Amino acid sequence: MKRVALLGMPNTGKSTLFNRISGASARVGNWPGITVDLMSAKILLGGHIAELIDLPGIYDLHGFSDDEQVVRHFLENNEIDLVLLVLNTSQIDRQLSLGLQVRDLGLPTVLMLNMADEARRSGITVDQQAMTAKLGMPVALISAKYGDGCKESLQLAAETMNRIAHPAPEVLREQLRTDDRIEHEMEEIVSASVQMPMQMTDQLTARLDRIVLHPWLGLPLFFAALFILFEFIFTAGKPLQDGIAWILGYIRGGLLEPWLATVPPWLHGLLLDGIYNGVGTVAAFVPLIVLFFLVMTMVEDSGYLSRAAYLTDALMAKMGMDGRSFVMLLMGFGCNVPALMGTRVMRSRPLRLLTMLVIPFSLCSARLQVFVFMAAALFTPQQAPFVLFALYLMSFAATFVTAMIFKGQYHSNEPFILELPPYRFPTPRQIALRGWLEVSHFLRRATKFIVAGVVLVWALTNFPSDVPPASAYTFAGMIGNALSPVLSPIGIDGKLAIALIFGFVAKEIVIGSLAVIYGLSGDPLVQLMAQKLDWVQGMSFMLFTLIYTPCLSTIATLRSESRSNAFMWFSIAWSLLLAWAVSFVFYQGARALGY
Amino acid sequence: MPSNDLASLKPGDHATICSIHADESLHHRLSALGFRVGKRIELIRRARFSGPLHVRIGSTDIVMRQTEARRIHITPTTS
Repeated sequence: MKRVALLGMPNTGKSTLFNRISGASARVGNWPGITVDLMSAKILLGGHIAELIDLPGIYDLHGFSDDEQVVRHFLENNEIDLVLLVLNTSQIDRQLSLGLQVRDLGLPTVLMLNMADEARRSGITVDQQAMTAKLGMPVALISAKYGDGCKESLQLAAETMNRIAHPAPEVLREQLRTDDRIEHEMEEIVSASVQMPMQMTDQLTARLDRIVLHPWLGLPLFFAALFILFEFIFTAGKPLQDGIAWILGYIRGGLLEPWLATVPPWLHGLLLDGIYNGVGTVAAFVPLIVLFFLVMTMVEDSGYLSRAAYLTDALMAKMGMDGRSFVMLLMGFGCNVPALMGTRVMRSRPLRLLTMLVIPFSLCSARLQVFVFMAAALFTPQQAPFVLFALYLMSFAATFVTAMIFKGQYHSNEPFILELPPYRFPTPRQIALRGWLEVSHFLRRATKFIVAGVVLVWALTNFPSDVPPASAYTFAGMIGNALSPVLSPIGIDGKLAIALIFGFVAKEIVIGSLAVIYGLSGDPLVQLMAQKLDWVQGMSFMLFTLIYTPCLSTIATLRSESRSNAFMWFSIAWSLLLAWAVSFVFYQGARALGY
Repeated sequence: MPSNDLASLKPGDHATICSIHADESLHHRLSALGFRVGKRIELIRRARFSGPLHVRIGSTDIVMRQTEARRIHITPTTS
């Protein structure tokens, strides 16, 4: 099988081209010599089955950023039959440097000048023949977004691949050392083959930037835009989530219950309360993730994300992060899982880890459910909004404290230099493909982990089998009792401890577990809780719930995104420690003040 | 004319890069983005609270922190 590498600078539409060529057949895979996953897809090229690999976007083959190293190590360790090099036609005057670097490697290469439509509109003309001759490399003008020229360029690619033999990786390794004269040659070729208007400014982009990046209006506008996106994701997502819950309940009641009526009770419980409900918990996340990525793809491809990062960078720099971290933190207030996945836009690993460490403190919609319920049970309707507001402040405070403590450990050397691409409108096809890929990856990763987690919690609350489920005599109850030396100083009794154990799986089931534990639901449960708990205990429980590990899905995502079990355990341990410390200070402080 | 750094420009100012003082990896990145000695550069705007700068070099818009901007020395030019 032939191997084709897709290489290019960031913001040149490389992934769009990848999606266009590969359709939806892409998968994620591991490659020798590198530690990150790369997308690849099988395509038909010139009568051969070829594997197309989407390499990270880089500015420079000889640079030292994470991505540049990934590309270099990939080229040094894998045999490559063809390189498709994607550059932005409008910026060819400076991007051609990468073309010359790749050419000097001696790999069969086709230069794909993308966004030819945009360039044409800006008055840039490229003499394809002159450039091909000067460069000694076939040149194709394409628009990956609209598909113009793509078919012809692939034909050119097939010819090039069959005509030129590829060098061995060892030879490449030698050649990836140094190069100096590239700069000079670049200017010569550009001046010989490209006519470019002197100061090219996209008028519309400049005008939009004047408003969007306004010194005083910029931030309020950003928050307004964010609020609208946030509202959209959750108002559109809620009915979809309810729909999935309804379908799952229907399947359970109408299909699985009768079907499994004859199996032993323990197996019945394991299959339905354990595995089926667990998978249901994962499935309920899917609509949110689809919507989140649809919106994020739109925002990312439009060029606004870099601008949002510009606006918030001053604040985030003080916390050891940068503007992009802020965008993800705010997304975490909807759901931590996609926010964690969104940190992929960051290239520096320490920066990404620090951001992933603080995202779980964002008060997500699942936790909000718990707080709304508890606040209604323990506070007057006048007090409740202030309680919620205080919890949101606490969420920010936990983020701030954590970032301040750990920014030294996760010191990022990466300078904050971002390109502001011109505003673009992504096509629906681009958005749909991306959304689908993210969702399928999420499902594949999270499912196993969650099933194991829920089966464990189910077993803990159902064994030994001769006692009432979730009572103090089950394993969970025993753990609750065993934890009482730790939890009673923060006002949490054995029953609430069991709810916290459930909360480890997902915050969505905390209220449901309280119903099982107290044997009541709805208004009687509210009244009983108001009798059993005072507001100081309730608040302490809410603070703990806010800060400790959000849910198994978050943990699974933390692990798969960081590729480190140690980081996952560290995040769990730190959030438990911080949760306990905050609840302790609050509970003991309130008691000491006489409440 | 005295040589200044990029961070000292005001919005709307034009300048020519006269030297770049950066370590190898930053140097690579800057030159890949088009920062080279002799190139003309314009400061478009600055973010509040000592935030990043928005500069234009050739046809490319770039935001960078002041720390990085201070490494780029320039000679101001009139428009």
